[in-house]
Amino acid sequence: MDKKNVIICRCEDVTYEEIVRAFNEGYKDIESLRRYLKIGTGPCQGKTCIPLLQKILYELSGKFPSNITIRPPETPVPFGIFLKDPKK
Amino acid sequence: MKKVKSYDVVVVGGGIIGLATAYYLVKNGVRKIAIIEKEYIGSGSTGRCGTGIRQQFTTKEHIVLMRESVKIWRLWEEVLPKPIHFRQGGYLWLLRSEEEVNEYRKYVALQNLFGVDSRIISKDEIKEIVPDINLEGVSGASWCPSDGSAYPQDVLDSLDTFLESHGVDIFDYESVVEFNKVSDRVISVKTDKDEYTLDNLLIAAGYATKSLANKLGFDIPVKNYRHEIVVSEPLKIFLSPMVVDRSLYFTQTYRGRIIGGTDTNEEETDDLTLTYNFLQKFSNELNNVFPKLSSVRLMRHWSGFYVVSPDKHPILGPTPFKNVFIGTGYSGHGFMLGPIVGKLLAHYITHGMFFLEEANHLTLDRFEKGMLIQEKAVIG
Repeated sequence: MDKKNVIICRCEDVTYEEIVRAFNEGYKDIESLRRYLKIGTGPCQGKTCIPLLQKILYELSGKFPSNITIRPPETPVPFGIFLKDPKK
Repeated sequence: MKKVKSYDVVVVGGGIIGLATAYYLVKNGVRKIAIIEKEYIGSGSTGRCGTGIRQQFTTKEHIVLMRESVKIWRLWEEVLPKPIHFRQGGYLWLLRSEEEVNEYRKYVALQNLFGVDSRIISKDEIKEIVPDINLEGVSGASWCPSDGSAYPQDVLDSLDTFLESHGVDIFDYESVVEFNKVSDRVISVKTDKDEYTLDNLLIAAGYATKSLANKLGFDIPVKNYRHEIVVSEPLKIFLSPMVVDRSLYFTQTYRGRIIGGTDTNEEETDDLTLTYNFLQKFSNELNNVFPKLSSVRLMRHWSGFYVVSPDKHPILGPTPFKNVFIGTGYSGHGFMLGPIVGKLLAHYITHGMFFLEEANHLTLDRFEKGMLIQEKAVIG
């Protein structure tokens, strides 16, 4: 199978090829790749793609990358949940 | 024995100030430049900021610096190697009483005097700019159409690409351990990986600038305050300006997300823990101005530092050391001021002076001389 066009991040449409290209440009850790490619910043919050990205980075560098900082909330929630008087 | 690398200028800090200064050092003909960043590029304040770029300030110093900065933002959108998504969508500053409108009339007059195209607008005009806004209790707004926003991480990536293609060495994941000094000069900097000799040193390390200055034996009177910020799921583009209501601010990024924050009046801290209190305050304030957004989902919540100086203005340029320069204390405006501060600092390092009269009022020695200039318009 040609890995080139495989989509790794489904929320942000990031492909395997884009990750390899960014890695070769010098974005070698998850935090930098996330900011550059926006991988893992979609509604699934990286639950699908970040483990795949870790595997790809392991293949490319031979080192297992550390994980990203997890930011709340765990899943997206409406702003309205935090309203003191939700009727308004 | 390992070889010691030598540089004309070593910049400590890989945020907008460090990168913009290196950009203008390259433009000024400086050949050997190194940037030392303790994590990844933009990991400090720049990568955490609220994207806004405004000229609606209340002092001559800020207004002139930001007017010049906006000119550079427009230029950068054209000349940098990658898109930075600079957009002049304006800043809409809601005013909630007649007294406030009159007060802001004075600021607008000052802004106009220095060439900024701001003006006071009526409720009808506000509705034309942002149709879905709730104007209950609003008397008018201060509006500047040439204010705007840019995408922080894309700006840094673009500058980074430019710098690397011009031979600037960027050392990431490397932190400064100590400085070697001889009388009033620093001759080399030692990191956890290497040592670099240098002619000039710029410390532009955001919240860490103060502690690095302390290592050298002088103090910068700045304090770190935690400010929280959120981003929503992507929506179809419908909002171009940054909307400001008291301490609340929000806009929509080019990727369709609502980004915004508010001030929770925290004490000085070095802790970036997130609070539920912020989410509650932000959501209620947002709902008050823009009720339609309460069903939009919040995606991420993070925090960063405002490095606040006693008069809410930057501290730029010379230090007690002859070849050490600083840039800090932007009080929440570092990203927007980045391009002009970079140009000013690069000019100071290469020519020994600022090219803008106003920047002379922003040096560290103003605190000893008691020449403070107060900024009233600080948000978020």
